[in-house]
Amino acid sequence: MSFVLARLGQTVLVLLVAAFVSFSLFRYVGDPVNNMVGQSASLADREAMRTALGLDDAFVVQFTRFVGNALAGDFGISYRFGQPVATLIGERFPATLELALISMLIATGLGVPLGVWTALHRDHWLSQMLLAASLIGVALPTFLIGIALILFFSVWLGWLPSFGRGEVVRLGWWSTGLLSASGLRALVLPSVTLGVFQLALIMRLARAEMLEVMRTDFIRFARARGLRPRAIQYRHALRNTLVPVVTMIGLQFGNVFAFSIIVETVFQWPGLGLLVIQAIQFADVPLLAAYLVLIALCFAVINLAVDLAYVAIDPRVRAGGGVRRAT
Amino acid sequence: MTALLSVQGLRVEIAARHRVLTAIDDVSFDIAEGEILGVVGESGAGKSVTGTAVLGLLERPAYQAGGRIIFAGRRIDTLDEDAMRTLRSRQIAAVFQDPLTSLDPLMTIGDQLVETMQTHLDLARAAALARAEQLLAEVGIPAPRERLQSYPHEMSGGMRQRVVLALAFCCEPRLIIADEPTTALDVSIQAQILDLLRRMCRERGTAVMLVTHDMGVIAEASDRVAVMYAGRLVEIGPTRDLIAAAAHPYTRGLMASIPDMHRRAAELTQIPGSMPRPDAPVPGCAFHPRCPQALARCATDRPAMLPQGASQVACWLVDAASRSAA
Repeated sequence: MSFVLARLGQTVLVLLVAAFVSFSLFRYVGDPVNNMVGQSASLADREAMRTALGLDDAFVVQFTRFVGNALAGDFGISYRFGQPVATLIGERFPATLELALISMLIATGLGVPLGVWTALHRDHWLSQMLLAASLIGVALPTFLIGIALILFFSVWLGWLPSFGRGEVVRLGWWSTGLLSASGLRALVLPSVTLGVFQLALIMRLARAEMLEVMRTDFIRFARARGLRPRAIQYRHALRNTLVPVVTMIGLQFGNVFAFSIIVETVFQWPGLGLLVIQAIQFADVPLLAAYLVLIALCFAVINLAVDLAYVAIDPRVRAGGGVRRAT
Repeated sequence: MTALLSVQGLRVEIAARHRVLTAIDDVSFDIAEGEILGVVGESGAGKSVTGTAVLGLLERPAYQAGGRIIFAGRRIDTLDEDAMRTLRSRQIAAVFQDPLTSLDPLMTIGDQLVETMQTHLDLARAAALARAEQLLAEVGIPAPRERLQSYPHEMSGGMRQRVVLALAFCCEPRLIIADEPTTALDVSIQAQILDLLRRMCRERGTAVMLVTHDMGVIAEASDRVAVMYAGRLVEIGPTRDLIAAAAHPYTRGLMASIPDMHRRAAELTQIPGSMPRPDAPVPGCAFHPRCPQALARCATDRPAMLPQGASQVACWLVDAASRSAA
């Protein structure tokens, strides 16, 4: 329990630092008052404006106010869209999260079993083929995969839509594409595109870890104990393989979420990535700051989940120490 | 006295890139029911490989290239993997060198014991747990009931080797292959573990193939000793005879290298040179380049195992001595 509390404390600290960096962005893009008042405004007017906006206050006071507002879900108004940033992000967030979740589900659901299988059947021809294919998966740029899939499945075969989210169903403020046929169909190409690299990466890592664990003394001793091959492979080897694989999956989930920009651009997916590209082009600082905080929050939540997964998998972490590999 | 384990002309080869290396070359020995056979030799002499071959756990690129392994009257080196698997733990159990890495770090001691017993014996979980607790008590682990819930990392090296012993004995095997069971432990713990192993074997009539490079361990625990050199057996006989009057010059060298409280440290001898590697085999007797008494034929002809009292020795000196006596 103290482990969980300590990790929660660390998470809060990380978020504060992220908020600080995001907030500092505002201070380095020029004086907002210059943009808001006209050329003809007097010095007195400017001072009045500055006081009204709270820009006279000490840095610490301003930062505290930013954090306080952020906690209440208020990140200010987007320069470009003239709407509250929170509303804009709230509209786009579900699209990106669903895309990231589905692609990681595909990558993990296939990557771990394939990695384990190729490790256990090293000399099988299929194993060699999968390994070669995974190399291609790691090497091919994402946008190329996306465009190739669009060409094949949308243009030639006409089976799947090439852009947009399809029909979405609203559940409160959340809009989901998972509950309609067209929404699900629209998810296929982008999530596969986003997942291919992750799938290859997870498969290769799971394979390498599994091979390493199968060489350890305790697996040799398990064989000497006359345990059944299935028990050795799954109860002993696979569980010991999972710790590094879970770490990797967690980190990659964060990456997929934060950097789905390319896939969202290729498929015109109405998610955060597309929004952020536009925000960067227009130097929309409030939007960018909120996005940064949100990404930091996601990474923090994922890391917390990964840490909790360690606790579930590895008793050595429960003892309070770090993860040590038994090799 | 019938042999429980009979290894006959065992040959193990290792497939290297361009050629085949010989790790074990024509090794034969018996272990009787309840007997403790010490197997000594330098690192790389083939002791562990022999033990691994008996367990049927040789892994690529090593493989058995010849000879027979007979256990309780039944040839086991030709069994398929699943038949061999059911023999392990139940008939032939193993203790490995490093207790820190022998146990699965993610599973409790109790679960590892229960898992082994339930694989081989027809036991319900509750009965298996009760037996696991009893075994832990027997190997000298305090508070055995609580310890069933412990993970390996929560125990010291000596305690973990006790757990490994409990695992080895949990299905009441008739033979235990103990591969350097005390080498990784503190000297003070070594004696305790060795004593425990010997006591449990004596109580149950379990035979042991005790692989070690430590002559002290052999002198302490074994009934008979087999001395290996460069993948071959050079001498085998009762421990007492070998310590008192070894026939093979290599065995004599080994015995002279045991530190003795009653001798001065300056007298501790060592055998000059080093053992030939499998990739550079030596013709004739493998020991002849280091042998102080080598004859001309030692460099060309390989000596066969010849009886010498209660022992058997592979040495031309013994052959010459018996000829001149005759």
